[in-house]
Amino acid sequence: MGIDTPTSDGNTASRNEWPLWEIFIRGQHGLNHRHVGSLHAPDAEMAIKNARDVYTRRNEGVSIWAVEAQHIAASSPSDKGPLFEPAQSKVYRHPTFYDIPDEAGHM
Amino acid sequence: MYAQMVKSTGQGVKDPSEMTDQERAFQERIDRGDRIEPKDWMPEHYRKTLIRQIGQHAHSEIVGQLPEGNWITRAPTLERKAILLAKVQDEAGHGLYLYCAAETLGVSRDQLTEDLLSGKMKYSSIFNYPTLNWADMGAVGWLVDGAAIMNQVPLQRTSYGPYARAMVRICKEESFHQRQGYDIMMKMAKGTPAQKNMAQDALNRTWFPALMMFGPSDAESVHSAQSMAWKIKMNSNDELRQKFVNETVPQAEFLGLTVPDPDCKWNEEKGGYDFSEPDWSEFFDVIKGNGPCNTERLAARNKAWDDGKWVRDGLMAHAEKKEARRVAAE
Repeated sequence: MGIDTPTSDGNTASRNEWPLWEIFIRGQHGLNHRHVGSLHAPDAEMAIKNARDVYTRRNEGVSIWAVEAQHIAASSPSDKGPLFEPAQSKVYRHPTFYDIPDEAGHM
Repeated sequence: MYAQMVKSTGQGVKDPSEMTDQERAFQERIDRGDRIEPKDWMPEHYRKTLIRQIGQHAHSEIVGQLPEGNWITRAPTLERKAILLAKVQDEAGHGLYLYCAAETLGVSRDQLTEDLLSGKMKYSSIFNYPTLNWADMGAVGWLVDGAAIMNQVPLQRTSYGPYARAMVRICKEESFHQRQGYDIMMKMAKGTPAQKNMAQDALNRTWFPALMMFGPSDAESVHSAQSMAWKIKMNSNDELRQKFVNETVPQAEFLGLTVPDPDCKWNEEKGGYDFSEPDWSEFFDVIKGNGPCNTERLAARNKAWDDGKWVRDGLMAHAEKKEARRVAAE
């Protein structure tokens, strides 16, 4: 089941459905591959072919990654608080924490 | 709209005092404007209502390919043909984005497909009307996609993350659909008298079915009240219909065409057009399966599914064989 499939799901268990793939596209400007959505395909080769048709009809990308959804590990939403809490109290990690006098020049 | 008359709990919106702690926390997140994500806790009715709504929306995109697909081989020029082909391909893409969003709620793609094919799930009433000639391609793009945009733009802010993200993608692409339709109408309305008549005739036939897309007035509907509290419906049907009429009438005037409603007049006081209600008995009849093309549309989808079975099976068998070879080689 996909990264986004709820664990409480009760009514799926499809018969002979093609596996679900998560699709990542890198745009023109040297940015990272970015998750754009998912699709079903029998194998990786077809997943990339389908991704071209579904997610790059308007020149959105120069590179496609396809990852079978079941291979993606995801953090649990109920951990959201404790997992990310340590980052919340560390304002000194941001440049704006430091007061540098204007006289010191651009920094 | 593309999803019409979606039922929710049917019990009206619960007062916060009647909610469980979990339900209250959920509603507060929605009120704050948080996005709900697939693995978050959600009320069972929220999940089920969304599956119905997103599923119906997806089915509409897929069935919506048929009335226009009907004219691909007979487009008047190669350019028009390429444009129509691209538009119909977009509709397939929109269906896929939406099916994926629905699947995150725990329903399988095959289940959704089967529910469409058996008639258990609905698609928009509009696609049960025929496209009789080329002018209909103009009217469908202009009015049907125009009406869809009215509904889809606010849905980009809907509370369910995957649905909102699908809507963002769809809205980016949808504007091309409406403009290519209007472009066809401009060409015909400024063409020969016979072509202008065809454009007027297409407008006459499409106007009221397009108004029906928004669904009957839901000012009193308990289902809509719940959906609006959950922010999976952002505006009332009447609000969107009024907005659509306000935008569309001047566009018709620009074409030199007349909206087929003698009572359609600008109302200075309300700052919008007055207009006649569509025939709602016709709408309910179409929803029930008695529209001009219901049987044909479902038969076409069933045939496509059945005829495609050997391809689906073949590709799966090939993938399994390749995988077995790979494992054996390791």
